[in-house]
Amino acid sequence: MREAAETPARPASDLLGALKSGALAAIVAFGLFSLLIGVRTDQGPSGALEIELRPVALGVIVAVAFVGGFVRAWFAGESLDLASYVPDQVKAAGNQIARYFGLALLAFAVIEPIAFYDNRYVLDLGILVLTYVMLGWGLNIVVGLAGLLDLGYVAFYAVGAYSYALLAQNFGWSFWICLPIAGLLAACWGVMLGFPVLRLRGDYLAIVTLAFGEIIRLVLTNWQSFTGGPNGITGIPRPSFFGIPFTDDENGFAATFGLEFTPTYRIVFLYYLILALALLTNWVTLRLRRLPIGRAWEALREDEIACRSVGINTTTTKLTAFAMGAMFGGIAGSFFATRQGFISPESFTFSESALVLAIVVLGGMGSQLGVAVAAFAMLGAFELFREFAQYRMLVFGIAMVLIMIWRPRGLVATRTPSVALGKAKDVPAEIVAEARQ
Amino acid sequence: MSAPGDPILTVEHLSMRFGGLVAIDDLSFSAQRGHITALIGPNGAGKTTVFNCITGFYHPSVGMIRLAHADGTTYLLERLLDFRIAKLARVARTFQNIRLFPGMTVLENLLIAQHNPLMKASGFTVLGLLGLAVYRHAEAAAIDKAKYWLDRVGLMRRADDPAGDLPYGEQRRVEIARAMCTDPVLLCLDEPAAGLNVRESAELNELVLGMRAEHKTSILLIEHDMSVVMGISDRVVVLDYGVKIFEGTPNEVRNDPKVIAAYLGVEDEEVEQAEAEVGL
Amino acid sequence: MEYFCQQLINGLALGSIYGLIAIGYTMVYGIIGMINFAHGDIFMVGAFIALIAFLALVAIGVTAIPLALFLVLLIAMALSALYGQVVERIAYRPLRHSFRLAPLISAIGMSIILQNYVQVAQGARVKPLPPLIQGGYTILPSESFPVQVSNVQIIIVVTTLVLMAIFSWLVANTRLGRDMRACEQDLKMAALVGVDTDRTISLTFVVGAALAAVAGLMYLLYYGVIDFFIGFVAGVKAFTAAVLGGIGSLPGAMLGGLLIGLIETFWSAYFSIEYKDVAAFSVLVVVLIFLPTGILGRPEIEKV
Repeated sequence: MREAAETPARPASDLLGALKSGALAAIVAFGLFSLLIGVRTDQGPSGALEIELRPVALGVIVAVAFVGGFVRAWFAGESLDLASYVPDQVKAAGNQIARYFGLALLAFAVIEPIAFYDNRYVLDLGILVLTYVMLGWGLNIVVGLAGLLDLGYVAFYAVGAYSYALLAQNFGWSFWICLPIAGLLAACWGVMLGFPVLRLRGDYLAIVTLAFGEIIRLVLTNWQSFTGGPNGITGIPRPSFFGIPFTDDENGFAATFGLEFTPTYRIVFLYYLILALALLTNWVTLRLRRLPIGRAWEALREDEIACRSVGINTTTTKLTAFAMGAMFGGIAGSFFATRQGFISPESFTFSESALVLAIVVLGGMGSQLGVAVAAFAMLGAFELFREFAQYRMLVFGIAMVLIMIWRPRGLVATRTPSVALGKAKDVPAEIVAEARQ
Repeated sequence: MSAPGDPILTVEHLSMRFGGLVAIDDLSFSAQRGHITALIGPNGAGKTTVFNCITGFYHPSVGMIRLAHADGTTYLLERLLDFRIAKLARVARTFQNIRLFPGMTVLENLLIAQHNPLMKASGFTVLGLLGLAVYRHAEAAAIDKAKYWLDRVGLMRRADDPAGDLPYGEQRRVEIARAMCTDPVLLCLDEPAAGLNVRESAELNELVLGMRAEHKTSILLIEHDMSVVMGISDRVVVLDYGVKIFEGTPNEVRNDPKVIAAYLGVEDEEVEQAEAEVGL
Repeated sequence: MEYFCQQLINGLALGSIYGLIAIGYTMVYGIIGMINFAHGDIFMVGAFIALIAFLALVAIGVTAIPLALFLVLLIAMALSALYGQVVERIAYRPLRHSFRLAPLISAIGMSIILQNYVQVAQGARVKPLPPLIQGGYTILPSESFPVQVSNVQIIIVVTTLVLMAIFSWLVANTRLGRDMRACEQDLKMAALVGVDTDRTISLTFVVGAALAAVAGLMYLLYYGVIDFFIGFVAGVKAFTAAVLGGIGSLPGAMLGGLLIGLIETFWSAYFSIEYKDVAAFSVLVVVLIFLPTGILGRPEIEKV
């Protein structure tokens, strides 16, 4: 518990300094925003641009900047350590809660469709969140465990979706056959893309994967004959309950089980399907972490040269991480295709890659639970801001920057060792290295 | 100088150039099997560069590096990739600036060193994923080996601590233990005694001698600490400015005027004068 | 033949714009080893500032185009420099010693912020501007396809050359230039010998942003229409140019820019215009795989 210290009266020079700071902030804000916010351009009736002054908006922002600068300078000496205000007993209880949090979340996820059976909106939201949880867990293998900066993950999502769509449409195979094939195709794609570029360092790898993602999106948009171009592919077959379609006729799911038909059955099925797929991703990742390949991934993240010095083939190690991440991304893509019934290149932009990457980084340290919570938080926040659609992405960007400044290691700031002689002790984030050159 | 006896490592006419800078110039020496060979010389002499060439982290400009196993298999190290040198030729190394995996526990560090045999046992992951017994046995054996080496370096109680948390001297010992977990035939130690006090250096000597005696590991050693070099080396190679200026037993090296001059920075003319006076 | 010459001229003009943006990327990467993801969006902001400043000047009565453009140039450079400085202070400086992904995510976040801020502030529609600089010269008269150089193109290339000259002089002969080069070689050592590394890094961002603003103004004059998304694609292409020319090398950035401009123009002219962005992105991939140090760059030795 922090003792309340005696704060002597602040001298006038402090006040003056804070005022100066505020004034500086106000001037900077004026410089930044005078033209872009203070003046609004719009196309007038003649097609030419007309301007309109917005002094109020500008004034408000400059005033906010002044106050902000003043406050920051005034409270500069005191650190805003909120954690120190929390009593120790509460902190200890918090750790207990965290341990069971994962299980609680899982339990909630399992009963959610039953609890919110009538609420189509919540069901859809649940499916959306789980899709991103799976994508996050897939990318977690690449970025969180192996430490490879991948900014083009959406490419594998797209390959999975389009593979499924084209296979289902042209060959008429069932969902259960197309799904693993799409995953394998995405994994192959991952190996092909990864092979030439995985020896690149850090930022270069990031930008090359970004370029790949964009190339794939552009090709999908322009190769009309194969991929349907910007209109995408429609009429993708919906999934069936192991052969029984979810229609309202006699062969349908409802009739077979003697229930009344409602479209909700299909949605609930889709929900449990994505839940199962996500849990599969999770299970595989957790197991791999305790196998030599998973350990090699984490070692790779920390020090590649040390890895090579003990005989690990870092190229194949990186490729397997890339391929596994790609496979799960592809499977998620197939699910996406069958859930929507229609796909187009618009769903596979760079923003998607950025969002999934943000989820993984916010989750922290390759932690599965962290990624799940981060996905939930980010998408939940997105939904809450739905009315302010315009400002949504802006807030997302601001959140990304703020989170990196305040908590760059993410929500879960510890790493759990994969094996221990005695009791496994968590490793705090500060000790974990990141790609020592 | 030809290599009599049973050389495990033969370096012939090795040169390493970085652009215009010649780091190593026509270096030839050999290390005998079962011997502890020390590579000494003032800072900047190129010793770590030699290590990097031997272990594949640098690609030599010119030269041949041959590693001969006891059963006759030879490897040309100047052509192999670094990880293959570790995996196939079984050459292990430690680093001047200690490269552990700091966020992983000491035990995990030692298990990673056994990656290759464990990967095979896990059927390249597939068998391991299915939880088959063959992998579980292999992992248990690997943990046993890790425990053995932890015990040898006296760090059993630190097995579950993050490697980055350990003090410097203990990190060095973990690095050596990790290198030994790869069952090397040649172990390259880069300044293992740096930062150790007298007692710790003596313990290091014991450890290295033990490794040589019990596991028949040949050792190549870069060191500045003369108590270590003189205490345990069988043979010493002296480098200065990338050139070999002497090779011989520790006692011979101790008294050679060129070596003394190199360390003390005496002018070449003074060395010649000294040699002339002594009658060399 | 005439067609080829025309594309050559067009490519050089476009390439000059990319080169100006590429300088910002290459300087920042050279000095702190980080790809400033938001740099392309600074270019976009510069273009918008130029547009709005111009409209505002016209509204208050400055109708002489050369004077207006000159003032617009100064305003855009100054305000973009301010943006560059603020972005560096807020999003990158606190993370300089953090782990590697952190500044990258922060930069991506900054890029998203800038794009959406402009979109919210000015609307998502494109902003057109009637051509301000008209006319040109026919340098190769021909019946079928006269080769022309427009005044805009001349201005772009001349401005670029002048700025390059000023800038090279700055880097070679001034204290700031020396500080920049020192920081680029060894940041810690530069700090130890008394270089104010924080200030030097800030100034690097500032200068890069100012040049990007010039590129923005040129883009506005050349294409006559801008929107909030031009920064993303131009940014990747300019980064490609920086890598192609050799990251860390100033003449390399300009050379790379010209090459990318030419590649894009010729690809659109002779192959297909829809895939022109694919061509640029593919060049990036090819260069990074086969020639990561670029044409004029220095090969790096990994110190073990």
